[in-house]
Amino acid sequence: MQFNNYAGFFRIIISLILAMCLRIAPWPGDMAAFNPDWVLLFLIYWALAQPEHVGIFHAWVFGILVDVLTGRLLGQYALAYSIIVYICLKLHKRLRQFPFFQQGLFVFFCLLLSQLLLFFVKNLQSPAQLHASFWLPVITGTFCWPIVYGVLRFVRLSRRSN
Amino acid sequence: MIVSVALLFSEHKSSKIDGLRSTLSFFVDPLKYLVDLPNVLVERASNLINSYQVLRKENESLREAYLINQTKMLKFSALENENIRLRALLENSFKLGEQVLVAELLSVNIVPYEHIVVVNKGTRFGVHPQQPVLDSNGVVGQVFRALPFTSEIMLITDPNHAIPVQVNRNGLLTIAVGSGQLNRLLLPYLPSNADIRPGDLLITSGLGGTFPQGYPVAVVDEFTSEPSKAFSNITATPKALLDRSRELMIVWSKSIPVPLISKPIINEVEIKTRAIQ
Repeated sequence: MQFNNYAGFFRIIISLILAMCLRIAPWPGDMAAFNPDWVLLFLIYWALAQPEHVGIFHAWVFGILVDVLTGRLLGQYALAYSIIVYICLKLHKRLRQFPFFQQGLFVFFCLLLSQLLLFFVKNLQSPAQLHASFWLPVITGTFCWPIVYGVLRFVRLSRRSN
Repeated sequence: MIVSVALLFSEHKSSKIDGLRSTLSFFVDPLKYLVDLPNVLVERASNLINSYQVLRKENESLREAYLINQTKMLKFSALENENIRLRALLENSFKLGEQVLVAELLSVNIVPYEHIVVVNKGTRFGVHPQQPVLDSNGVVGQVFRALPFTSEIMLITDPNHAIPVQVNRNGLLTIAVGSGQLNRLLLPYLPSNADIRPGDLLITSGLGGTFPQGYPVAVVDEFTSEPSKAFSNITATPKALLDRSRELMIVWSKSIPVPLISKPIINEVEIKTRAIQ
């Protein structure tokens, strides 16, 4: 059992590292604005599916790593991710009962909240002038949620069958 | 939770977190190389597949270009020495030549709505923030943040970037601001009666101290003058191939001007130019 737990945790870490790779993957031309926040999507999934493995601390650490990766002010992604994961952990029992569509709505609001927090921090730093495309990842992220859900569910269940 | 938020705000206030950032970048930088890997592999594969004929043709054309550049450089060093002598006559200071480091672009996209690119040379190679970055056609940008193995470069077209320029034809000074589009710079601080024409070459003016003087930046676009407005609405197209060049040059310029001419300085300049060659 102990070994199994470690293996599960290891998979979560690997998947999150993959998500970080996706986060900085080059998209052709102006398509880059559509790139959703994969790390947050993955974190939401793991927080809902395996709350015993993913805590606020993990979210915070990965947030800091994403901050360094994307060259932002240190801590803004850490703040956003830890708050979102906190909400997910609080609500995971209820959210698991929700139909799929409502889960999608919840994810949409999570992504929106995270982007709002990022916007807030950016505004503190300097009065920000933003393009409307700043909000695009929220929408594309919501559309990517079924894919993330399916793939990570497959990963999680394949572990169980082992 | 509260601890994390408190930490965030303390980080936000203090500026002495570069150490933490570079330590963390040890974990994160490999990811950038990992994402870039497919690109490198494709390039290697195409190099392998390239036929002998193509390579030979390329080699020949490169050799030709090298010869032409070499002859230009001969003249250039003579001109530079002459320039130093003339400035010495005027008792003027002269900036020494520059050293360059070739860095390769990593094909990662760290922020979608800002023009920041990542290259594969960092503080391990002595790169430091605010260094100018060029390609073979003109100014690309400046080093925005230097991490141990990679560094982030802000392009001149970033909305937060401004570069002091002058018109090559008549020395008119102004500032070129990034527009957020890769093929456009804005010149918002020119009065409507300024002596500037479409096709004028803008070069770095050397004011501000970040960019060395005399590198081409952009060419002024077509515009229609509107005398009724106080400031004219002029745009320019960057000379550098911002979205195409994969090799960039990070420049070290000697910041200490040399007041008067003397023998050893000429030698040093020659050595520097040789280093550039």
